[in-house]
Amino acid sequence: MVELAQLLINGVLLGSILALGAIGATMIFGVLRFAHFAHGDLMAVGAYFALAVVTVLNLPVLVALPIAMLLTAVLAVAIDQVVYRRIRRVQPVILLISSFATALILRSLIQMIWGTSNQVYATGIQMPWRLGPIVLKPDHLLIFAAATALVVLVHLFLTRSRMGKAMRAMSDNMDLALITGIPANRVIMWTWAIGGALAAAAGVFLGMDTRLHPVMGWTLLLPIFAATILGGIGRPYGAILGGLVIGCAMELSTLIIPGSYKPAVAFAIMVVTLIFRPQGIIKGAA
Amino acid sequence: MALLEARDLYAGYGGVDILRGTQLFVEADDIVVIVGPNGAGKSTAMKAIFGLVPIRQGTVLYQGEEITGQAPERMVGRGIAYVPQEANVFPSLSVLENLELGAYSLSGSNAERLEKVFAVFPRLKERRRQPAGVMSGGERQMVAMGRALMIEPQLLMLDEPTAGLSPRLIDETFERIRGINALGIGVLMVEQNARQALAIANRGYVLATGENRYQDSGPALLANPEVAAMFLGG
Repeated sequence: MVELAQLLINGVLLGSILALGAIGATMIFGVLRFAHFAHGDLMAVGAYFALAVVTVLNLPVLVALPIAMLLTAVLAVAIDQVVYRRIRRVQPVILLISSFATALILRSLIQMIWGTSNQVYATGIQMPWRLGPIVLKPDHLLIFAAATALVVLVHLFLTRSRMGKAMRAMSDNMDLALITGIPANRVIMWTWAIGGALAAAAGVFLGMDTRLHPVMGWTLLLPIFAATILGGIGRPYGAILGGLVIGCAMELSTLIIPGSYKPAVAFAIMVVTLIFRPQGIIKGAA
Repeated sequence: MALLEARDLYAGYGGVDILRGTQLFVEADDIVVIVGPNGAGKSTAMKAIFGLVPIRQGTVLYQGEEITGQAPERMVGRGIAYVPQEANVFPSLSVLENLELGAYSLSGSNAERLEKVFAVFPRLKERRRQPAGVMSGGERQMVAMGRALMIEPQLLMLDEPTAGLSPRLIDETFERIRGINALGIGVLMVEQNARQALAIANRGYVLATGENRYQDSGPALLANPEVAAMFLGG
């Protein structure tokens, strides 16, 4: 019972990180119709941006977070303008392959700038809180609170702001959005900015929870896609739900199978979803 | 000066011309109806005028200015609104959001514009919180037209606004279109229900294989025995 509760806590934590990545990936799919394979590496870049702020400016990681989000948002928009914009009108598969190349470039840049070894934001041991037999690190609570705050902000943006509504409209019906006079390019740039910022947050939280490593994002790409598909492709709220389900399933699976199979659990859920409910929990664009 | 004039349009997809010298003329407070058999190029003419199908040859003039092949965004900016036949609402967005997005390109408050649309379609006010995707075909058509009216257009282009509606709703839709026209908005529409549409048209065009076959006032076309025999099913 205690073990179950502990795993659920870990699962919700991992789930929040996956959800932040999946919201961006699903919005990019909704608006641009391609699976962004560089999304995991965008997360990693965000985490390293925060590391740079922490080490160079000597600021706490939570102050570095918004700076890293901003930088990653700018980077995501720049990548779109330099790479994807030119090939937007061709087949989606070409965009997909290009995003794969972008992923490799980003990862190599990280390795060149920051090296290939593990790094952390703060050295030393953080004393965990013990609630009875359950262990909870203060960082965990911070991550969960910050992730929740970001999800609420995304919700307000999507439902209250003109740009957010335009984004949902484009995801719903691209042709009609153009006919209506919605400026597609501006919406696309905002989608990248928000996707990039959320990816950075996910990367920073992952770095706080574990460590920084050049492939930290790449290894999470599969669970993020699984969360996106489970939630319904193109559906931000589905992505949140999908992230939490996949996160919990991955952690809880360690009760019965070795921990190294965690990504396989995400993969299995993805395959089962695609077979039995390809439109996802919330009917998506599949 | 005409509100809209299309001269000698040649347009189509992938190098094949569907329009072959199509001509159109819409005065500021006209209701103009395009009828014709399937595949005549009626919808293509609408799309070409609105910049959705590339025009190979010919010109489109709006209030005397050339707008040939401009992006839909620019068309909306000039006061031209277009309602496609299918997939003409944002299904996961509420009625209110659908309408608000209609006015995306306009600055300032939407309150007054919304009131005008609700005056034409009172039902939309009751249903404003509902997602457009769960509404009936007739209601969705109202949302689509309401969305187009949000830019306070001078020209409203409707592609088969009565497609798939019940006879009662068809009558109601034509009545609404007359009401919209009475507000001083020029209407250009493609219709399958040719008789009813021509009955309210100041001007009608019979299009076949991308060419103008007949053009006259709506009632005159209805009275023309050749048109009746060949295009209106006797």
